[in-house]
Amino acid sequence: MSEEKKARVLVVTSGKGGVGKTTSTAALGAALAHNGDNVVVIDFDVGLRNLDLVLGAERRVVFDLINVIHGVAKLPQALIRDKRVENLQLLAASQTRDKDALTEEGVAKVIDELRPKFDWIICDSPAGIERGATLAMRHADAAIIVTNPEVSSVRDADRIIGLLDSKTEKAERGERVDKHLLITRFDPWRAQRGEMLAIEDVLEILSVPLLGIIPESEEVLRASNVGSPVTLNSAQSAPARAYFDAVRRLKGEQVPMNVHTESRGLLNKLFGRKAAA
Amino acid sequence: MNIFSLFRRSSAPVARERLQILLAHERIERNQPDLLGVLREEILAVISRHVHFEPDKVRIEVDRGKSMSTLVVDIEIPNSEQISGIAPPYTPLKLDPGPGESGPAMDQQVA
Repeated sequence: MSEEKKARVLVVTSGKGGVGKTTSTAALGAALAHNGDNVVVIDFDVGLRNLDLVLGAERRVVFDLINVIHGVAKLPQALIRDKRVENLQLLAASQTRDKDALTEEGVAKVIDELRPKFDWIICDSPAGIERGATLAMRHADAAIIVTNPEVSSVRDADRIIGLLDSKTEKAERGERVDKHLLITRFDPWRAQRGEMLAIEDVLEILSVPLLGIIPESEEVLRASNVGSPVTLNSAQSAPARAYFDAVRRLKGEQVPMNVHTESRGLLNKLFGRKAAA
Repeated sequence: MNIFSLFRRSSAPVARERLQILLAHERIERNQPDLLGVLREEILAVISRHVHFEPDKVRIEVDRGKSMSTLVVDIEIPNSEQISGIAPPYTPLKLDPGPGESGPAMDQQVA
């Protein structure tokens, strides 16, 4: 318990809903764990939990974050160990409708208790800029801002960046939360044709360093259908490779920023997906 | 981004430009947390020491222009009020009057 090891707390946030926060939390968490780190992912979306579903653990949730905060369960009882990668654990959100069930002190206590036991604590933020979102980012050392190359998503990301600079513990201490931009559902062909904001456009507008570019891919939906993070379900797929690159960058490695693509040719479909390099 | 995209009537440059303009404005507003709210409260507090008015007959706006902005304070004052002379007793300012029921105190003072 009194080890010096201290987890890095990440918040995966976006403002806008449906841009890929939960998918990215699961994919990044699984990739970090797959590479040997101890990871806990926490679902902060009280009332609309989904991280359990994306991780395929929905039927194993007995106790959740709110139960721990209210003292109904102890933290170790509520942590659900992933069946594929044993050093990945999940703390689910509750399905309660009571938004005030999440208290600031309660969240602080849970994070403090988790910190010495893990390398990474990844907080999956709910959409919006309300309490749930600000509580999810409250203790973050670093933020992963997920955005699609699309106007409303970029605008909301900008608002979230404002909150990260004002409402987090670090900001209140006069420090800065490290910010990383993760662009999801990117289609290089459409961007090239000028139908979609280019990566450079988004970077110029938001001025946040780029963590990764996750290409639009059917593999993402396929993975969530079967309840497995895309980084485990099809590790060779373009989005999975993009998430693995992002994880290496998170750990400080210099990785060239490639837009991973899968060949769309018929031959490729016939002969499997390993051809993409 | 270039001549090519102009020919194709591509929409991404439009998105980019709209975002740049919008976010430039929103960032300015964000950095002045509710300036208008604070101004409103303080201005009304001063005026209400001397004049009675209905809090919901007050309009405060900022018109942002290119080289300068205008602060517009528009307060409707009932004619029966005396603007100069002895100030009527001070009533605490209600910025957010309940539905319908904020009048009686003022009527009594006019009488």
